[in-house]
Amino acid sequence: MTIDTTTTGVLVLILIMTLVTLATRFGGVFIMSFVRISPRIESFINTMASSVLIAIIVPMAFEGDAGALAALSVTAVTMLVLQKPLPAIAAGVFAAAALRYLF
Amino acid sequence: MKSTLYPYRFQPTRIRSELMRMLPISLFVVAFGAAFGLAAVQKGLAPLDTILMSTLVFAGASQFATLDMWGAEVSVIPVMVVVFAINSRHLLMGASLYPMLKDVAPAKRYSLLLVLTDANWAIAAQDYQRGNRNLEVILGGGLVLWLAWILGTWLGVYFGGLLQNPKNLGLDMVLGCFLLSMALGGKKSPRILVAWALAALASLAAWKWLPANTHVVAGALAGGVVGFFWLEEKPGKETAGETPT
Repeated sequence: MTIDTTTTGVLVLILIMTLVTLATRFGGVFIMSFVRISPRIESFINTMASSVLIAIIVPMAFEGDAGALAALSVTAVTMLVLQKPLPAIAAGVFAAAALRYLF
Repeated sequence: MKSTLYPYRFQPTRIRSELMRMLPISLFVVAFGAAFGLAAVQKGLAPLDTILMSTLVFAGASQFATLDMWGAEVSVIPVMVVVFAINSRHLLMGASLYPMLKDVAPAKRYSLLLVLTDANWAIAAQDYQRGNRNLEVILGGGLVLWLAWILGTWLGVYFGGLLQNPKNLGLDMVLGCFLLSMALGGKKSPRILVAWALAALASLAAWKWLPANTHVVAGALAGGVVGFFWLEEKPGKETAGETPT
């Protein structure tokens, strides 16, 4: 099925994207409202939560260029030393910009 | 009655302070929105359609991805699959907030989820790990991120030339660095580290061998499985007995 990108066609496409995205925003919470939260389920949820972050970042580091790798490593080191997010992010972004400027 | 059913109380002052806390990150979101706005009009989307898409969809990565599929006519199913796959992380993010969201009345609960996105979720999830229930950041932070995304898109659509290549400034790494700093700022027990190792391996394997955009969900579920089988030992709870806390 295809939609022509006419005025209404584009609006329909945007609406479809909106509904699909909304389903992902609502879906997890909706399903959980039928699940009894046992300590085991809570433990699952909690380790899953921080694993989401890891699962976003690790492939990002692998597919990224040297700048991406520099950004993530500098952020990691700064964060572990200072324990403050903003300096860590700033240092990481600066590292990516500097590396890409130099090479 | 009502207050015992849904005991979560939102603090207006805290909503405001979380909004301010998210401002620095929002500046980068503006830059990204601008990059999206520029890319979209270059692909032939009308300015108003582009702004409408950012306003309603509010999910940057999936919006960028669908631009690649844009043309005189667009195949609907592939667009739906790509948007769902990229945004499926929201399913898990929402689920992880459920222990807090169950204390909010359904209408409010689902309204909050309208502005659920990576940055405000990451803060709420980390705060929860520290025993701090913070749905205010979902609301306040989410609103400011949403407005920043719309503003950025608008800027990119009309003044796109200002920011031709955000990559040169390292701006494409802001979200990655932000999420990494959130992860490393959280609790690090052997249990968490094992979960992360498995999540990293699973996400890489999925990224390499599974269909595109499945890696986040695959990795997160793998990490969750570790938690399912390896329960956290609560301090002061020597045996498995149900001692009230």
